[in-house]
Amino acid sequence: MIDNSTVTAVKREAVPVPSTLTKNKTSWRMVWQQHKALYIMLIPAAILLVLLNFYPMWGVGIAFVKYNLVKGLSGSEFIGLQNFQMVFGRPETWSIIRNTVVIAVGKIILGQLAAVIFALMIHEVRFPPYKRLVQTLTTLPYFLSWIIVGAVMVVVLGSNGPVNNIVEGLGLRPIRFLADRNIFPLTIILSDVWKGFGFGAVIYLAALTQINPELYEAAAVDGAGRGARMRNITIPGITPTIVLMAALSLGSVLNAGFDQILVLYNSVVYSTGDIIDTWVYRVGLLGTSYEIATVVGLFKGAVGFTLILISYWLAGKYANYRIF
Amino acid sequence: MIEDRSLTYRIVDIFIWIVLALLALSCVLPFIHVLSVSFSNSSAIAADAVGLWPVGFQLENYQYILQNRDFINSFGVSIVRVFLGVFSTLLLVTVTAYPLSLDRIYMPGRTVFKVLMLVGLLFGVGLIPTFLSYRNLGLLNSFLVLILPLAINIFYIIIMINFFRGIPYELAEAAWLDGASHWNVLYRIYIPISKPAMATIALFAAVGHWNSWFDGIIYLNQADRWPLQSFLYALVSTRQINWQSATGVRDFMEATPEGLSAALIFVAAVPILLVYPFLQRYFITGLTLGSVKE
Repeated sequence: MIDNSTVTAVKREAVPVPSTLTKNKTSWRMVWQQHKALYIMLIPAAILLVLLNFYPMWGVGIAFVKYNLVKGLSGSEFIGLQNFQMVFGRPETWSIIRNTVVIAVGKIILGQLAAVIFALMIHEVRFPPYKRLVQTLTTLPYFLSWIIVGAVMVVVLGSNGPVNNIVEGLGLRPIRFLADRNIFPLTIILSDVWKGFGFGAVIYLAALTQINPELYEAAAVDGAGRGARMRNITIPGITPTIVLMAALSLGSVLNAGFDQILVLYNSVVYSTGDIIDTWVYRVGLLGTSYEIATVVGLFKGAVGFTLILISYWLAGKYANYRIF
Repeated sequence: MIEDRSLTYRIVDIFIWIVLALLALSCVLPFIHVLSVSFSNSSAIAADAVGLWPVGFQLENYQYILQNRDFINSFGVSIVRVFLGVFSTLLLVTVTAYPLSLDRIYMPGRTVFKVLMLVGLLFGVGLIPTFLSYRNLGLLNSFLVLILPLAINIFYIIIMINFFRGIPYELAEAAWLDGASHWNVLYRIYIPISKPAMATIALFAAVGHWNSWFDGIIYLNQADRWPLQSFLYALVSTRQINWQSATGVRDFMEATPEGLSAALIFVAAVPILLVYPFLQRYFITGLTLGSVKE
């Protein structure tokens, strides 16, 4: 007879040498004797986690002191929340937070939209070699670093670059993609969408291949046209994936793309293009304003972590997703 | 399947083909332009005459780069970094995922470990505390700073755990009854079965290592220890690398700053282009294992 308690017991009993452990005697000592190796295997990861991820958490304390560069944290004067008041009292802080959110949200929305539309278009092509060719070419930029892509963009979008040659050929004034503060955020968003739509579509195409082809045949027999089939079969088929990606993307609302912006920005576009990460690097690290950069970094870390947790919770609730 | 042969259907089809062709071209043409610039001579570049084909074909930009010591150096750093990085990542990921995936073995502390790992890897303390901590640990100017922080990656570990979970438990159980240890089971059964997942992780880790540059810039203050992408960043952003300082400039009459940057961009992309066919085969596995897990 199998009931719930037997199942749990079996679960706990399933050990290398079954005879030595009974379900009532699963003590710490026995687990250790039997499965020492399992704990030893976690040691390398534990060491790295402690050194590289938990140890740096002391540095959060810098946010609460007047940091002394020579004496370090312990030799610095505790000033409570003064750094926070100072940082959040400055319009510059709100400006970099706004830039971050605007660019990141623009990337999330347009990026997902582009990936879905592209996947739907690929799905409509009935000639597999063409599908493969288009996918091969459009996925490639995702794997190149922003250094490479950024350097290419500087050449292509520059004032003498091919894009502006075409613009001028049409009789228009050249567009300063990277040096006009009103255009810069759009350049950042669109170039990121361009770099990522091919790879972003892969997950939707994987979902599309799961759709039963008989559904399309049945729909065609019933006289459903392309539009009707897309509305009633294709789109419902990828809706769970869209919901999942939307939920997970919440976690990146403060990630506007550090690499990309650091490569492409310049002082002319700081007012609209400077994001939390670039500001922390430039003002905090290069300018050694450690306290205020720690405050801003802590703000980003705490809000970002909360958003990730919410996004996992949403993904679990609406898309049946679990991490482990 | 019954084909719809109406005129509107055909027109929509043609429209889709054209849009897809334009999208594909938009992803390729910028790179072809840069490649053409790298092969063009100085007067053509100065006159903005280069489009999608080299004008005044020459190889001096490449000859110049390939004899430049800083370049050779950083290329070597990148190669070593990729191999050591991938190896350490695979080692750490498999060893960590194994105990965490054996749900049927009662292991006190497993959940605590998972939660701590998740918190540690997802909560970013920010650049300044990280930088100062690495300095305290003696990681500044050390090659290890390029390897260790990327070795432990939550997403790779999740991919691996999910893959290990798919392996029939009876397989491991039979081996244990025959006297095999956990290490034996991991290295003789789990790892050989997990080749697709390991290949996916290896490829993504390799690309990640090859492409990463910010760690080089902030943690290594000697430029001769920089990987190639950090070198490239310094070149394109601040132009602090002085091409003229190298020897034999007079032998390279056709080399130009634009052409040299273009050639360097292309050389830095070559390894990615080389592994790209393999990447294509595996990234679907990676995605479906990693994110769309019921």
